[in-house]
Amino acid sequence: MADEPLRVLIVDDEAPARRRLRELLSDCAGAMPLTCVGEAANGREALELLHAVSADLVLTDIQMPEMGGIEFARHVLKLPQPPVVIFTTAHDEHAVEAFEVNAVDFLVKPVRVQRLLLALEKVPRLRPVSATRLEALPSTARRFLSVTERSRVVLVPAEEILYLKAELKYITIRTAEREYLLEESLTKLEEEFGSRLVRVHRNCLVARDAIRGFERRAGGEGDAHWEVLLKGVPETLPVSRRQQSIVREIGRENRRRGEGAAQ
Amino acid sequence: MQPIIRQNVITLELPNFRNLGTILRIVLAVNAMTAVAALVKAPQLDLWTAHWLDLTAVVEPHLIAVLAVLYALAPWLGRQSSSTGALAVAAIVVAIGLGVHTLVAREVPEPPLAVLRHLLIALSVYATLLAYFGLRAKALSPAIAESRLQALQARIRPHFLFNSLNAVLSLIRSEPRRAEGALLDMADLFRVLMRDNRDLVPLADEIELCRQYLGLEKLRLSDRLSVEWHLKNMPGDALVPPLMLQPLLENAVYHGIEPSSTPGVVSINIFLKGGDVHAILRNPYQAEGGRHHAGNKMALANIRERLKLHFDAESSLESRVRDAAYEVHIRIPYRAAKVTSARALEPSAAAGRRNPDGETPAARSRLDVAAPALLDRRQEVPHG
Repeated sequence: MADEPLRVLIVDDEAPARRRLRELLSDCAGAMPLTCVGEAANGREALELLHAVSADLVLTDIQMPEMGGIEFARHVLKLPQPPVVIFTTAHDEHAVEAFEVNAVDFLVKPVRVQRLLLALEKVPRLRPVSATRLEALPSTARRFLSVTERSRVVLVPAEEILYLKAELKYITIRTAEREYLLEESLTKLEEEFGSRLVRVHRNCLVARDAIRGFERRAGGEGDAHWEVLLKGVPETLPVSRRQQSIVREIGRENRRRGEGAAQ
Repeated sequence: MQPIIRQNVITLELPNFRNLGTILRIVLAVNAMTAVAALVKAPQLDLWTAHWLDLTAVVEPHLIAVLAVLYALAPWLGRQSSSTGALAVAAIVVAIGLGVHTLVAREVPEPPLAVLRHLLIALSVYATLLAYFGLRAKALSPAIAESRLQALQARIRPHFLFNSLNAVLSLIRSEPRRAEGALLDMADLFRVLMRDNRDLVPLADEIELCRQYLGLEKLRLSDRLSVEWHLKNMPGDALVPPLMLQPLLENAVYHGIEPSSTPGVVSINIFLKGGDVHAILRNPYQAEGGRHHAGNKMALANIRERLKLHFDAESSLESRVRDAAYEVHIRIPYRAAKVTSARALEPSAAAGRRNPDGETPAARSRLDVAAPALLDRRQEVPHG
């Protein structure tokens, strides 16, 4: 194990920053066996790359277009053998504070070679940071949800979600094309995507933009209730008695939007 | 040496008498005071307008004549010390008052000492206005002090500083000359940011600063950032508040370029039109940037305040989103620098071309400007 070189992946949207890390890694190569397995310009590219090459360590920037470092670290955990992630940041007071509180490893840019070497030597003893600790880091809503399918991480863009429905242990993600199974908490998802998704039932969140309308249905035991009609898919979703107020609220919103479009 | 505690010194500051805002303020204030005076004089409310008309017959000719003379003498007044200027204006008010009075007295017989009464009233109105303009200048001047502080704290984002340092470090081994140039640019940029930015500077200087700043950003972002300059009709000698454009460009890069992985264009369009200098900055608008816009608002508010202080109603700053682009439009009156600075004269400085050493001629002249400011601060330290 000790003889096998440490495989490192570099993720940063700025080319000079990647080059600098590469130079530093080659400086460290004298002190310990390591190899740079690749570079990516954002979290999404890095995930793609990790399907082709395996890495023990990912050094990732935090603020990047398309997918930032913290979101990337959460998706990486879905890989069969997730690498250790160490964040690099030039300046991000909030993030740094949270890293310290949650004992998440990070390096400040510009990075000193001695500091990098210390971090590298630690890697074989480190385990990936848990999902709960990553969730505690300050971050905007994820742009993707991720599920593991045939040992690959599949990304589902948040704007493609029509609804999320909790069933026993899993949550079903419905997009216009198909369904995915996700292992997360519906309550946490509601907190994260509250501006995009609305709760219509104890076990169901629907994308506001996907709602085509509502329909009154007579229930089996004589209880009439509302059903959500969706854009693009035939199935309908029941609205629970507790959430009935949203029928009016969304109806009003849609009318207003319709008027806006007509003008 | 300047006084260390400036806050409690009573300011006696003459406004610029050629500024539309100043003229408007004076006309409105004098007429309002006349209206109140008429109200006090009138025994009944319905006689108010009659009294007002009587008063304006004397006040308006006096006011208009004074404003006309002040307009003509504005450049001369601007060169005098504030106390000399204030006395000169008082003398003008008295002289024209006497003139108007003799003209009016020829038509209407007046009681003795009426002229003295007229002059006393005119002088107290003048004193009131002088106090008003002094207070107004004071109310707006924190914006200038703040701009310096802000420049250090928020304006030059630590994000930019550390990322740029990191980019320079990445060049040192492979392209040491480029690294050298980049460090010199950073030195220039920070020198301007740290000096006391109270006085107006030629637009060409501000443009040079912007070029250096964007050069550093280009180092980090390479192809993701392209910059379009439209400066053909730019008057390089126009006087502008320092750091009028650079903070806006920093916002443009931070909010418009960095959140996207596709290349984007920042365009700078500056031209002279109808006696006004217009500057239009554009950058791609990222609807879902996910970045905090508080910094952006702060920069806009600070620049707007400083424009107001220097140019009053003759300047404007507007921002809007149009065609997927964020646009800031600044309009200021064109005032040429009296003694054109060394930088504005040198075409190479304005064009931002660098000689092989990586040093611009501008860098040297800016050093001379900055040196006294640095000395000042050093003297202040032991007291503070």
